[in-house]
This record gives sequence, C-alpha cells and structure tokens, in this order.
Amino acid sequence: MTTADRIDRHLSKLLVVEAEGEIRHLPRAALASLFRPGDLVVANDAATLPASLQGVHRPSGETIEARLAAWVAFRDPARFVAIAFGAGDHRAPTEGRSPPPPLAAGDRLAFGPLDATVERLLDHPRLLRLRFAGAQASVLQGLARHGRPIHYAHVAEPLALWDVWTKIAAEPIAFEPPSAGFALDWRMLEIWRARGVAFATLSHAAGLSSTGDAALDRRLPFDEFYRIPDACASAVQAAKSKSGRVVAIGTSVVRALESAETGDGSVRPGEGLASGRIGRGAKLRVVDAILTGVHQPGESHFELLRAFAGDGVLDRMRAEAAERFYRAHEFGDSVLIERQAVA
Amino acid sequence: MPNDIDLRGLRIAVTGGTSGLGLALVKNLAARGARVAFVARSAAPVKRVARETGACGIVGDVGRKEDVHPIALEIAWNLGGLDALINNASTLGPTPLALLADTECEDFERSLAVNVLGPFRLTKALFGALTSSAREGRGAVVVNISSDAAVNAYPGWGAYGAAKAALRHMTAIWAEEARVLGVAFLSLDPSDMDTPLHALAVPDADPATLRRPEDAAREIVGSLVAALGDRAALAVAPRP
Repeated sequence: MTTADRIDRHLSKLLVVEAEGEIRHLPRAALASLFRPGDLVVANDAATLPASLQGVHRPSGETIEARLAAWVAFRDPARFVAIAFGAGDHRAPTEGRSPPPPLAAGDRLAFGPLDATVERLLDHPRLLRLRFAGAQASVLQGLARHGRPIHYAHVAEPLALWDVWTKIAAEPIAFEPPSAGFALDWRMLEIWRARGVAFATLSHAAGLSSTGDAALDRRLPFDEFYRIPDACASAVQAAKSKSGRVVAIGTSVVRALESAETGDGSVRPGEGLASGRIGRGAKLRVVDAILTGVHQPGESHFELLRAFAGDGVLDRMRAEAAERFYRAHEFGDSVLIERQAVA
Repeated sequence: MPNDIDLRGLRIAVTGGTSGLGLALVKNLAARGARVAFVARSAAPVKRVARETGACGIVGDVGRKEDVHPIALEIAWNLGGLDALINNASTLGPTPLALLADTECEDFERSLAVNVLGPFRLTKALFGALTSSAREGRGAVVVNISSDAAVNAYPGWGAYGAAKAALRHMTAIWAEEARVLGVAFLSLDPSDMDTPLHALAVPDADPATLRRPEDAAREIVGSLVAALGDRAALAVAPRP
C-alpha cells in the first residue's frame, strides 16, 4: 500500500453507538480508553491466506481467477470452496468482472506451480469446489508463493501479505482479513492491560465478505470454522461473572462466540463450525458490543449489526457516518456498537 | 540439562537449518520429538534435511523482504502455531573478511538484511502466533543467535559485528517489551564452532580448537526449554 494509506490509519475515525442509542464521533485511537476494568475484548487472530489465484482453465486455455472462499475440511489445503472469475484484475470492481469460462466437473486448472481439478460445481455458475494435487505442505508452499491476497478495487496497488495480516495474526486460516482487527496494535493492548481490560483471542476462518454478485452475496457468509482456546472461554466466563462487557472485534468473533454459546452465556472451547446468519431478531447471549467497519445494508456484515440495534439507530448511524465521510472499505474507519438496551 | 528431555508437541522454527549450528539444532530438536520447521535458501539441501530428520523444510531467504511472510505463513500453517523461533540464519558480509574501508556497501547491506532485518521481520510476522501460544499458557520464546563479534571490536569483522551488535540490542529491547506478554527473548552466543560459516571467515583455523555445533545446539536447546519454564510441560499436547 502507499505511504498515504498507512498514515491514514493513524487518523482513522470511530463512530460509537452507546447502549441508549446516543452517537459519538471519536478518533479511533480513543478505543484505548473506551472500555472499563472488567470488560473483555475478544479478537480474531486468524492470519489471512493469499486466497486469490490466477491461472489457466486447461480445457479452454482461458484465463481464470479462483478466490478461495471456505475450507471443505478445516485446515486441509487439498480442497476448497472457491469463486471463479474470468479475465481481469483487481482494478475492476468484482461486480464488473467477466464470468469464468464454462466449467465442468473434472476440468483441470493450472495456477502457477499448483495443479487443481474442478471437483464439482455448486449451485451457482461462479461457485465450485476445487481439489489441489500434491501433499498438503507442497500445496501450502504453492499457495504461499503464487497466491495473492484478495484485492479490492479501491486500493490502487496490489496488496501484499503484510498488508492483510493484522498485528495479532497467528495461524493462516482466513480467506479475507478479519479487518476490524486492523484497529488494534500492541500499544493499545498494553493500555488495556494497564486499565484492567482483559484481552483474549479466538481463531475464526473468515471467508469472503462480498463477491460483487448479488445472488452469491445473499448466501454469505458461508459456514466458517473456528477454534476457541480454553483461555478465551475462561476469559468470557470471568467477564460474565464480574458483569463485564464482552466486546467482539469484528463480525467473525460474534459468529464464533454465539455459535459456541452453551445456553448460559458461557462458551464451549474447541473447534466448531459457525453456520447460518446472525441478524434481526437474533438473541445475543455472549457479546455485548461489536467493533466493525463501515458496512452497507445487504452486506452480511451489516445485517449482523441488526442483532445489536434496531433500524432507527442503524439508519442514524449510517447517515452520520456518510455526513462525516467515514471510509467504508476494509482499511477504513470503524464503528463500535453496544447492544441496545431497547433494540 | 539432560539431552533426552521429551519435547513432543513443542512447535519450533529454525532459520538457516541446513548447515552448521542450524542443522545441529534441527537434528537435536527433531530427535527429541519437537515439531520442527526449518528454513534455508537452497531447495536441494532443504529436501535432504527434511528427509533425514522428518522436519518440515521451507525454502526461502530471510534476507529478502518478499520471502518473509510466505515463510511465516508456511511455518505457522505447518506447525499449527508456534512456541519457539530460533533466528539462526546468518551471513558474514564480505568473504574473505574485509576491513570496513574495503567493504562494499552492498555487502554491508546484505549483512544487515540477513542478520538484523530478517530476524526483525520474521519475528514480527510470527509475533501474533507466539503471543497466541503465550496466551494459551504454552509459553513462547525467541532465540537470536549472537556472537562475541557483537560485543568485541575484531578488525575485519565490521559488517558482521555491527549487524550482530544491532541484533543483540534489538533482542534486549524486545525482551523488555514482550516480557509482560509472556514471550521471552534470548540472545545466545554459541562461540566459535566448526561450521561452514567459520571456515569462510577463518579458513586456516584448526577444527580441533573449535566447538562442535552439536554441543552448542544442545546447550541452546537447554536454554530455550529453561526459558519456556514450567509452561513447556503444558505444551506437550499436539494439535488435535
């Protein structure tokens, strides 16, 4: 990314929706002092895979881009759910990208050093299941060298892995960055610790947030695997017992924690699969507040916010964000929404 | 420090793992059951050492900025996280050794790239994985391989000594910053060993006067396990 983008991150804005619906505008650095002793911040420490692969559809000789979108089996790099695009690059908005060449089960694809097969077509012309040939470690090596992070048309320069890994990025299991985590740095974690604000992480294999195809986007998010460490589950329990708030950094954390909820507000540690949408009318039993980006109605990220606040509050939030030129992309500004006392 | 302590379940990465001290470290750790990933520049030796030790071999150059994140990705994925990182890969700078006034700037830059920037970048890229391990109670440690040339002013060792001095000081500062996160940072000097790097620097040295890398490796692994402390015992359960 450009130097200007990096400097921008320090000047990022934060819109806060309080539990009673009051809206405040702060510099994002104010996050360091927003939470109370006893509160728990939970972030997604998944590192992001270079999930965009440029290659050739062997039967037609045509260019194809595959965006890996979900694991078929958690951490098994032999098979992925993928979304296919035709010729074009990241500068074209995804909604303007040409369709892939006609695909059939069994078609061979070559992505640099990686050989893949269309295992089967799913129920959309762009949606398929890919199988890579070779041992797991060599597939990963091929991905690491040939794959590129999924690009965004609003970012002028191609993204490198260091652009899409958050400061806390650990195991590479996500397909798009858990971008709410870009708001965190080690200095902020230090200040939270000094103030008695607890911090824990889980690992959630965040998938694509949008494809540019309305029919596909209605189905997002796909089912996503996650892992909740014992330490994270204990931290949730500790916060709940002290009436501390649980603050989720990003929608993926909400999905994981609510999916692992056991019925009494605590969460089950271990691996799981988050499926289904959280949205209007969903009862949140673990998470009290969410930090996320600036999203638009219809996007799965935005629809999840309807579990935190009603339409009136969200409409006001959108209007104020637009008036003040909040930036809506992955590296943009942030909103912090407390679960509304009266949603 | 008994040599037979069981390290099963510990996830350890070693850079420069196909010769000298790095190779001895990979062999020592793999023999004790640790899950080891190692990095080196040339594919053929990487393949050979991987076959001989069962460790996961990764081809890459820590001195190249573009290689560092792919290396980190392969390490974190293959090991499913990381408990210990040993930044061992090293370069002398100009060979034969040169007086500073005779040292090409490019050789000096290469020494800084491999000996200081490489460990900085790789540690930073893996810092999330290391702190994640620490938060889960497994402990975490970074070992940076140092040298007496980091402390003493040996004529002819300018490019190497200046870089190793910077690495040593970076390690000391990072140790202070990361202690509260449960990540230990160690700077360890294995002393003069009978290795290819030493032979390049001092071609006429008598190998009999030099330390065996296997002995230095044993001592370093001892320090690493001590730094993990009691938490190392918790780390024996491999990923399901």
